[in-house]
Amino acid sequence: MNAALPIIALAVVVALGLGLWARAGHTMDMEQWSVGKRGFGTLLVFLLMAGEIYTTFTFLGGSGWAYGKGGPTYYILCYLTLIYVISYWILPPAWRFAKERGLFSQPDYFAARYDSRSLGILVALVGLVALVPYMVLQLKGLGIIVATASYGVISPTLAVWIGAGTLTVYVMVSGVRGSAWTAVLKDFMILFVVIFLGIYLPYHYYGGIGPMFEAIDTAKPGFLALPDRGQSATWFASTTLLTALGGWMFPHIFASIYTASDERTFRRNAVFLPLYQLMLLFVFFAGFAAVLQVPGLTGPDVDLSLFKIALQTFPPWFVGIVGATGVLTALVPGSMILIAGATLIAQNLYRPLAKNATDASTGRLAKGIAPLLALACVGFTLYGGETIVQLLLIGYAVVTQLFPAFFFSLWPNNPLTRAGAMAGILAGVAAVAVTVVGGYTLAKLFPGLPGPVQDLNIGVVALALNLAVAFAVSLAGGGARRTVRT
Amino acid sequence: MKQLRWLAALPALGMLVGPFVFNRVEPMVLGMPLLLAWLVACTVATSGIMGLIYLTDPANREPEEDA
Repeated sequence: MNAALPIIALAVVVALGLGLWARAGHTMDMEQWSVGKRGFGTLLVFLLMAGEIYTTFTFLGGSGWAYGKGGPTYYILCYLTLIYVISYWILPPAWRFAKERGLFSQPDYFAARYDSRSLGILVALVGLVALVPYMVLQLKGLGIIVATASYGVISPTLAVWIGAGTLTVYVMVSGVRGSAWTAVLKDFMILFVVIFLGIYLPYHYYGGIGPMFEAIDTAKPGFLALPDRGQSATWFASTTLLTALGGWMFPHIFASIYTASDERTFRRNAVFLPLYQLMLLFVFFAGFAAVLQVPGLTGPDVDLSLFKIALQTFPPWFVGIVGATGVLTALVPGSMILIAGATLIAQNLYRPLAKNATDASTGRLAKGIAPLLALACVGFTLYGGETIVQLLLIGYAVVTQLFPAFFFSLWPNNPLTRAGAMAGILAGVAAVAVTVVGGYTLAKLFPGLPGPVQDLNIGVVALALNLAVAFAVSLAGGGARRTVRT
Repeated sequence: MKQLRWLAALPALGMLVGPFVFNRVEPMVLGMPLLLAWLVACTVATSGIMGLIYLTDPANREPEEDA
């Protein structure tokens, strides 16, 4: 037993307490559970959106990439900033439409805009394919954090079970309101921990941030910039753009739009959230500090770099605080994913098939599905092996395929028809599946292309195919344009 | 001042085109590799520009809708 474990346990207990407290005085119907009665102000929406996007992947993966890949890591800062620039214009109209119609989930939006239940079902399936690996990633991160910070007392497997159990109880008790209040606690802790680590580690080991980068540049020339081939500037620009477009298309992130009480909230947040992303800079600093201090981590182990250097530098109680922060970064997005996933199964896969379903029965069903979904994710986490990385790549590329249908639905005259939107999504998803499963890159598919073009993110191909098919089918359908407008 | 919204494209362009132009470590700016310093500057500029757009956007001057 060491000082780290009780601190992590305390964080879990406090999070559960916050969930219970957030519930007090609210009737837990579906609108409350899934979208917080559409009553969140600027600050809660800010923290919820920051909290969903600032996940264990950013915490462990951001530092891990800085450690393992160097320069290409900077794209994380860029795409997160661009996500919020886009949000200024796309979220307010989406929010207005959702509020007027009382929508609960992301597939609801597509189904209502294109007046098509089958499109809703398709979007729900695409969303699930993307959500499960995202959740698995949170659970894996949780396992790593607890196992490392407990100095091996708790095994990763046990940590995953405890984490998933906590998440499920938490989600069933409090819904999205609990997630938002835990996000408040989480963001205070992460601000403190990340900025402290990002400044202390470089000063402690190198005497400053500048000297640290100079030491790395001397030891590994070019590591701090982009390579000429592979993850080159072309890769950087295309990946930044694709992930920025895809970001809002994750079902749980999309659903957080519905929690806002007014549309100005989004515009206000679009001003401050980019600045907030600078916190990532300190995650990068911590990861870079580890490069010369805990060398030798390779493959998936690079994600351990932050904790390895923390273990080597700090006493157990502080490792406990870092661990507790890490656990909270998994709980907030994890709970949002469970809520969004369970809502879309109940609302968009079950409800269209059940003739006499009501809001109340769908809401009860959604809460019943949450533990099953959590169990499925634990299964994938423990037995999925390395294929998870593959799944995540598919997940990200897959949700991006929803963007064209969403984007054009905001136009006064949507050029896409119902059939066009569906065909485009299907074509894009199929292209993603083929290229990712087959391990194709542009370099392999078209060896004749000039080098820089070969480095384009392969997702560009799927998105282009998606657009081409969507427009071709829409034009062929002629007069069948029936997008619902507000 | 609706035209001001096109300013939002500037930091985005900076992030997407910048890596082709400033893809180097030296000279260090504020202790950071040049590319990273450039991208950080773009991020800060994004907030500034979005703030300007917010303040001049007529949509934000109408009375707040019922929540």
